Amino acid sequence: MSALRGLLQKEAFHILRDRRTLIVLIALPVVQVVLFGYAIRTDIDGVRLAVVDAAPDYATMALRDRFASAGVFRTVSVVARTADLEPLFQNGQAQQAIVFKPGFAADLARGEPAQILIITDATEPNTGSLLQAYAQAVIDGYQRELSASATSSGVRVSRLTITPDVRVRFNPTRASSNLFVPGLMAFVLTIVSSMMTAISLTREKETGTMEAMLVSPLRPLEIIVGKVAPYLAIGFVSAIAIVVEARLVFRVPLRGSLLLLLFEAALFILVSLSLGILVSARTSSQRLAMMAALLGTMLPNVLLSGFIFPVESMPWLLRILSNVVPGRWFVAIARGIMLKGVGLAYVWRETLILAVMAAVLLAASVHSFKERLE
Amino acid sequence: MRRILFLAQAEVLHIVRDRILVAQILVVPIVQLLILSNAATFQIRNTSIHVVDLDRTSTSRGLVSHLAASGHFQIVGTAPSLDAANEGLLAGTVTMVVVIPHDFEVSLVRTGVAPVELSVNGEKGSAAGIVQAYAARVLVDYAAELTARLRPGVLAAKAAVPIPVRGVPRIDVRVRGRYNPTLNYQHYMVPGILVALVTMIGTLLSAQNIAREKELGTLEQLNVTPIRRGEFITAKLLPFWALGLLELSLGLIVGKLVFDIPMVGSVLLLYGAAVVYLAVALGIGLWISTLVETQQQAMFVTFFIVIIYLLMSGLFTPIDSMAPWVQAVSQINPVRHFVTISRAILMKGAGPAAIVEPLSILAISAVVILTLAVRQYRKRLA
Amino acid sequence: MNDVAIEVKELTRRFGDFTAVDRISFDVRSGEVFGFLGANGAGKTTAIRMLIGLLEPTGGTARIAGHDIYSESEAIKQSIGYMSQRFSLYEDLTPRENIRLYGGIYGLTRQQIRERSDRVLARLGLAGVADDAVRRLPLGWRQKLAFSVALIHEPRIVFLDEPTSGVDPITRRQFWELIYEAAAAGTTVLVSTHYMDEAEYCDRISIMVSGRIAAIGAPADLKQQSGVDSIDELFVRLARPQSEKPA
Repeated sequence: MSALRGLLQKEAFHILRDRRTLIVLIALPVVQVVLFGYAIRTDIDGVRLAVVDAAPDYATMALRDRFASAGVFRTVSVVARTADLEPLFQNGQAQQAIVFKPGFAADLARGEPAQILIITDATEPNTGSLLQAYAQAVIDGYQRELSASATSSGVRVSRLTITPDVRVRFNPTRASSNLFVPGLMAFVLTIVSSMMTAISLTREKETGTMEAMLVSPLRPLEIIVGKVAPYLAIGFVSAIAIVVEARLVFRVPLRGSLLLLLFEAALFILVSLSLGILVSARTSSQRLAMMAALLGTMLPNVLLSGFIFPVESMPWLLRILSNVVPGRWFVAIARGIMLKGVGLAYVWRETLILAVMAAVLLAASVHSFKERLE
Repeated sequence: MRRILFLAQAEVLHIVRDRILVAQILVVPIVQLLILSNAATFQIRNTSIHVVDLDRTSTSRGLVSHLAASGHFQIVGTAPSLDAANEGLLAGTVTMVVVIPHDFEVSLVRTGVAPVELSVNGEKGSAAGIVQAYAARVLVDYAAELTARLRPGVLAAKAAVPIPVRGVPRIDVRVRGRYNPTLNYQHYMVPGILVALVTMIGTLLSAQNIAREKELGTLEQLNVTPIRRGEFITAKLLPFWALGLLELSLGLIVGKLVFDIPMVGSVLLLYGAAVVYLAVALGIGLWISTLVETQQQAMFVTFFIVIIYLLMSGLFTPIDSMAPWVQAVSQINPVRHFVTISRAILMKGAGPAAIVEPLSILAISAVVILTLAVRQYRKRLA
Repeated sequence: MNDVAIEVKELTRRFGDFTAVDRISFDVRSGEVFGFLGANGAGKTTAIRMLIGLLEPTGGTARIAGHDIYSESEAIKQSIGYMSQRFSLYEDLTPRENIRLYGGIYGLTRQQIRERSDRVLARLGLAGVADDAVRRLPLGWRQKLAFSVALIHEPRIVFLDEPTSGVDPITRRQFWELIYEAAAAGTTVLVSTHYMDEAEYCDRISIMVSGRIAAIGAPADLKQQSGVDSIDELFVRLARPQSEKPA
């Protein structure tokens, strides 16, 4: 036991002495959360709208006004011909355009259908659908106004309307950052973990102490614990810093238990570190080890963890694959605790999976070390 | 000049004989392309929803069947209990709960308007937004259908008020989507992912390559020869330039064969832009190699920087959604510009005029980064 | 001035507080085989790296083949050859390909490259493995090949940094034969080593201790002056003040 304590002390000493690395390990996640938190969003605002209005009249002006004051749109250009729109779409100046048929007001007055064409840049399909819906909503609003005034002057409207009463549960502000930031935490913690793995690997190689430790009286499990524990502590500090940031900078709610969240974060870091140790124990080629560690952790964590792209949208093969990605479970847990305020009762399954992963990876590492001894 | 040829010749030999490298160029990117394109999607398929029908009239049932038939939703629960529905939201098993109030039909008949509550699960993010938009669309369509079905006279009879049909102002809305006619998410992602692949080759491999020479000591040997800095760098980067373009070709072929991506604009123009972009990517790789000592470090630093570039490039999430200051910062992100160019050319059929702005920024970036990197590379240490 | 190939005056290199090379001065005449001796860490490699233009000196001056190392370091490079401790051949290329690369960089014509290639390979007995990757050659052969590649452009001066490290005695002997051949052809050779017995092979030697030159001259003269039988003994004597043996 004292051998283990000695090892822990040595590792801790090394880490504390290397102040620059320490600062990087803690400051970096903080910087990344800010950067990505403001960058990874899907909120739609300031939609660049172009207008084709060859013969402006009171109705077209009124509707254009509605668009301008809707808050979501920003009129960037008014042209006379539809043909003028193409370059605007091509260089991205306009995301959407409304085209009025000349004589718009006249048609309205006559009770003839007054035509509007909404052209939306649908390169990104979802944005396309949403923009269309928004534009449609503005026009519907105007239509209701027209119908209402017609009603008040004695004309009964013959159109039925079903209005959606939308409630957004767990994310009332609808800020997409509330959704992404918990996932971002997982991503950033993964980066921190793999950085720490890389650092300990390089240190091992430089000082050549791995072999020395293996022939010492330390048992393989003790070696692993000795290597993981200090980094777990650092990761934990990072996690705290990230949660604080999420709350202060992005005002992501924390409806559940902070303690539970931090516990889960620690568990997640443990899993990531264990993966790193296993990789370093198994691969002899440093170059391969690095590549495996990076490819195996960073990319899957961005893609398959549900951090940005919902797991439900993926084809079944990838959905199955995502079950193996630790980040996926932590993202679900973090979102649950922060946004929904659920407790262990709801996330016990995910927690158990993470715990099992950690146990399996550590056991595999121990096994690998034993093999190296023989 | 000759020296460049001799060194470049040796470079080509190195590349061809390095098995791991060949795998990195041919296999890894294709795998990444396939996985990325399939994973990176916000598409909604068969979203689970729970419908609480408190009205139980023919009208409300009609709405439910419309929702079911829309193809977007999968109704997993119809228990007329708000609690059960809420449980679903809490547990995360449903994305939306539709609640039809008990006076749905009556409201419609009497006042012509009726509300339907849509509770979307905010933790599902953009999926929630889309699902809500789809549902809203179904509501509108159903309302129009109801209007058409019920003859004005019938309505009038029910309401006991005369309804003149003509003279009501009516806006006829047509919608048209430009580009991506099939609304295929992969058509949107693949052009962007191609950029990621090319970036990997350009930056990672060049950084790794020079770092390896440092590690082995062969760089030192070259520094003792009369070869000039510029010659050395050109000879080193040229092969990777070619490889980057090769990678682009490979990606385009796979993209076409597997995903049938659109190629509306001039592919030649895309290659032209790629040539400029690669200069930037290579410059960054070169610059990284002057900072590190080993291949391992090169790999790590490159991955790190490239991931940041990728996440902030508009590849995964739209630039328009980013906070304004981040958008401004992303102007110096070359990946952003090439992603824009790639999508513009392949999906919108953009010509040179439409991409002149991002392309100019790339050109300037290339000059700047290459100058910086060359300056940084010194044959003699101070 | 053609007589003196290497002229070094008060050459110094500091890394922060640590002085690796402390005001060394020496000359090497054309065609000489000059042994640069010293223990590991004495500063030999640092000194050589300054002379060949890899490291900028902190102080002092030096001229290589008549060129100033500060202002004309690139001109020097065409006239010198270098073999580092790590041999620095490309392991995945064949001997022929390595020769072609360096020949080309030094501006040899294709014909010259071909001729010299054949000559080198024949001399070293590598004709049979001329098209095998260098990686597959045994250490001794690689070392000799590296030496030949360093001389492929027939430079005036060649710098060898611990070329015989980790090689068996027979190969070391063969290597020194190559050095003699080069010297006989007029090449000036500056070779650093920590093997003190190799001192006997050199025309003149210098012994570096902690960054300073503690002794310089022909091996025979030095032995006589100090009354020792071997350079090794001389070295130990010079190095002793630095090493405090615990009682």
